[in-house]
Amino acid sequence: MNGDLQLNADGSLRHLLTLEGLPACILTQILDAAESFIPVAQRGVKKVPLLRGKTIFNLFFEPSTRTRTTFEIAAKRLSADVVNLNIASSAQSKGETLLDTVANLSAMQADMFVVRHAASGAPHLIARHVAPHIHVINAGDGRCAHPTQGLLDMFTIRQHKGSFHNLCVAVVGDLLHSRVARSQIHALTTLGCPEVRVVAPRTLLPRDVDSLGVHVHYRMQTGIKDCDVVIMLRLQTERMQGSLLPSPQEYFKYWGLTPDKLKLAKPDVIVMHPGPMNRGVEIDSEVADGSHSVILNQVTYGIAVRMAVISLLAGN
Amino acid sequence: MKILIRNGRVIDPESGLDAVCDICIAAGRIQAVGDVPADFHPNQEIDASGLVVCPGLVDLSVRLREPGFEYMATLESEMRAAAAGGVTSLACPPDTDPPLDEPGLVEMLKFRTRNSPGPRVYPVGALTWKLKGERLTEMAELNEAGCVAFSQADAPLVDTRVLLRALEYAVTFDLPVWLRPQDPHLARDAVAHDGIVAARLGLPAIPVPAETVALQTILLLARETGARVHLARISSRAGLDMIRRAKHDGLRITCDVAVHHVHLSEMDLVDFNPNCHLVPPLRSIRDREAIRQALREGLVDAICSDHTPVNDDAKERPFQEAEPGATGVELLLPLTLKWAREMQVPLLQAIDLITRRPARILGVQAGVLAVGQPADVCIFDPERPWTVSRQTLLSLGKNSPYLGMELQGQVIYTLVDGHVDFKRNH
Repeated sequence: MNGDLQLNADGSLRHLLTLEGLPACILTQILDAAESFIPVAQRGVKKVPLLRGKTIFNLFFEPSTRTRTTFEIAAKRLSADVVNLNIASSAQSKGETLLDTVANLSAMQADMFVVRHAASGAPHLIARHVAPHIHVINAGDGRCAHPTQGLLDMFTIRQHKGSFHNLCVAVVGDLLHSRVARSQIHALTTLGCPEVRVVAPRTLLPRDVDSLGVHVHYRMQTGIKDCDVVIMLRLQTERMQGSLLPSPQEYFKYWGLTPDKLKLAKPDVIVMHPGPMNRGVEIDSEVADGSHSVILNQVTYGIAVRMAVISLLAGN
Repeated sequence: MKILIRNGRVIDPESGLDAVCDICIAAGRIQAVGDVPADFHPNQEIDASGLVVCPGLVDLSVRLREPGFEYMATLESEMRAAAAGGVTSLACPPDTDPPLDEPGLVEMLKFRTRNSPGPRVYPVGALTWKLKGERLTEMAELNEAGCVAFSQADAPLVDTRVLLRALEYAVTFDLPVWLRPQDPHLARDAVAHDGIVAARLGLPAIPVPAETVALQTILLLARETGARVHLARISSRAGLDMIRRAKHDGLRITCDVAVHHVHLSEMDLVDFNPNCHLVPPLRSIRDREAIRQALREGLVDAICSDHTPVNDDAKERPFQEAEPGATGVELLLPLTLKWAREMQVPLLQAIDLITRRPARILGVQAGVLAVGQPADVCIFDPERPWTVSRQTLLSLGKNSPYLGMELQGQVIYTLVDGHVDFKRNH
């Protein structure tokens, strides 16, 4: 059903809501387009005129720095007009419903909405109600999906490893609350990665996580052994209150990525993190800043990937 | 007023009758089933050829939304919808605003429903004051005012000691207590079944033990106190297994399921349809199959609509923020028929689940077509297809998971007390 909502009748992308159900050819198309946008950042004038005259609204119902900023930069490099709305502090707090907010902005001739919302499925709801010419990009909804993050992670892996076909990828940490992990897993399985592992204590795994096509490991010793890629997830400190974990110290001891634990992985392993990092909670600074880390590359690629998504949706 | 219903396929679960014959109604009561007495001269004849004539439906959970939620639906609108669904007796849960925790409120509700056409309304009183799970309500007084049972509706009862005492107090007056088993801690802030779909969609999840842990507590306390406990809206296979064992051990309990849980599962959540945000959550396909089998086996005593009209503003939201519940009183019959057809269950047995057996749980004279009984009758076309839509639903709540779908079976006449309260052109 998600697929129906985000694809046009001819199979092209209308909205980007989730990576689940998208065919590999569309994922590859986005990654290829992103590759073509990489040189734009190296030019003196970092702009292409693809979206001149289009208006993009960044609707952030939840705070974000990295995602909002990279979406803004991506849109501006495509020459679009960008309006940032921090809705957590405006309309919604005055009691306006989500759909009313969207209807009002649509009346301002919006061409595209980039939506971040705390509730899973909020961008789907918006996509169901917008006029046919308006496109919706999910910039993170609840625990459901963060498709552009998933795509930029795939882009990063492809840049460093070439292809997905012989890779073993471990996703480590708070899978239960992570929209990023869900998008990564769908993308990896779609792109043909033969072994995707999830590594976390039982409390941080959804009950039927194996139904996503992943191998479940509770412990790092087996979980990251011989991996090509290790993706660390952010652990929010609220998790201690929810009786999901006893303490950040115990978490770091058993699931934090340290140089010692990283030796279990392949010698050419790359380490990724969607940010923002909690140094000393899920990742040791020595690893985060070390030679295996590609964490800052992820941020750079994020702009190119978002440019690719925006321009594909706009019909380029 | 004398009415003759001619040539219908008359189905009465009480007597086991399933035959084409006539029914005579006089002075609001059934005067004859079968042969028409020679001296019976009707004022009105209803030709029921090709139609089924059965007792009026008895629905154990219909929210009329008054008092307090008139912006969602009104007493008049939902009673009309119930009549259109063939329902002649309904129980309304106490989760109004204010809740049905005072005799005056119940008397007012009884008064208003008595004076408007439509089904007989049996209020279910709040088990605790304001449904807060802390202080007992005046159950005896509420009973005198018209409450047939007591429940928390969907409000949590956190304190087990309050539950024990509520059951003990209810035993004092032999009052039935209806409970929907759900552990408030295990279900806290969650909206979907803890299964493959919640894992994919990232919805906060309610595990099956939320039902079974609470159920175990209720069963133990029911045994301890001897209270008449009715278990409402069972959603899981594991829960049904526990009830099967408890019944086998001789415990005095009954249970129902909501009709939506007979057909839908977590799979229906995949596009975040807020109309599938229900309480309890739609569970796995295995759970749904267990419900369908348990109905056939007779373990489940009744199917109810758990009718919950919700206005668009409260529904058109992201799944977890949408007000839960589905409109359903007009779908109880066609969805029960659908189950019977799919499971090859005789019509008589299917109708029993929405007439005689729920009437027994309510403890009221309804659900039978016997001579001398009040003439509450449902006449329906078992084959007629119709499409569920905002236009075809009379309820002000248009929040149905079935919008746009075609169902089979439609009510043509509903009679309450020998009076035609609803008639559809056919």
